[in-house]
Amino acid sequence: MIDDLDYQLLAAVQQGLPIVARPYLKIAEQLGLDEQQVIERLARLKKLALIKRWGVVVKHRQLGYRANAMIVIKVPMSLIDSIAAKICQHSFVNLCYQRPQQGERWPYNLYCMIHGKDRDTVLQQWNQLQQACELSQYRSEILFSRRCFKQRGAIYHPKP
Amino acid sequence: MLSPLHKQLLNNYQQDFPLTATPYLTIAEQLGVSEAEVLSAFQNLSQQNYISRIGPVIAPNSIGASALVAMAIPEADLQRVADLISAYPNVNHNYERENRFNLWFVLMADDAAQLETLISEIEQQTGYSAMLLPMLADYYINLGFELNLND
Repeated sequence: MIDDLDYQLLAAVQQGLPIVARPYLKIAEQLGLDEQQVIERLARLKKLALIKRWGVVVKHRQLGYRANAMIVIKVPMSLIDSIAAKICQHSFVNLCYQRPQQGERWPYNLYCMIHGKDRDTVLQQWNQLQQACELSQYRSEILFSRRCFKQRGAIYHPKP
Repeated sequence: MLSPLHKQLLNNYQQDFPLTATPYLTIAEQLGVSEAEVLSAFQNLSQQNYISRIGPVIAPNSIGASALVAMAIPEADLQRVADLISAYPNVNHNYERENRFNLWFVLMADDAAQLETLISEIEQQTGYSAMLLPMLADYYINLGFELNLND
């Protein structure tokens, strides 16, 4: 379903679409394709949901969103999908994932992220989320980020 | 300073950037400005480091394998370990967080086996154990990052 050209195309566009009048033509020239093929392949990869979104990737820290919290919650597995669905209804939540529990040392299975402009706002939003989704009964921790050692978008390499 | 045009470009084109031969013209027509204005505004956002790129966000684990990794490192040794880990080309988003597990990063590999190999290598090299936390479900459907740029 996905061929080598798709991988090469993904690798090429991951560097960012050129900011010129005909950006897809530029990508096409790099790969020896024509412009329309590039557009059609990207549209197809998006339709297949391999490309989750296609567009502007913002740098939230630079835009003033400096308080970044990861919240981890231990919820019953039988309720995890419905709790996650409720959490996702809040527009200040940026990501929501299930990850495996690690026994007593790290018993959490539900992770969500809040990027906010300051710590107090994020703490208020977490409070609001706990009330709206009835999370106070579960064990949870909030982990604010401190230093950023490395931040770079995921880079995928074309398959050999 | 962000102009109203900058704000529209930042907020409205995170999910569906136009897939047309002249996408910046398409945007210009949607916003009632000229193509040149859109091109220069995007160049500006890019130079000022407000955007990392215009491009794809690839669905996790649709290509290769990746996992969030957490480690508990004594404060005095954190910088050394963080530097060792950042040096891996397979690592992105390497952060210190306020917790006993204070180092969090995303590790990417071709497949699950390579992921395990890399983790063992990192554990051996740093001298600390690592928790591998692959994503089991992605609940977040509303895509992109909604910016409140009014203030």
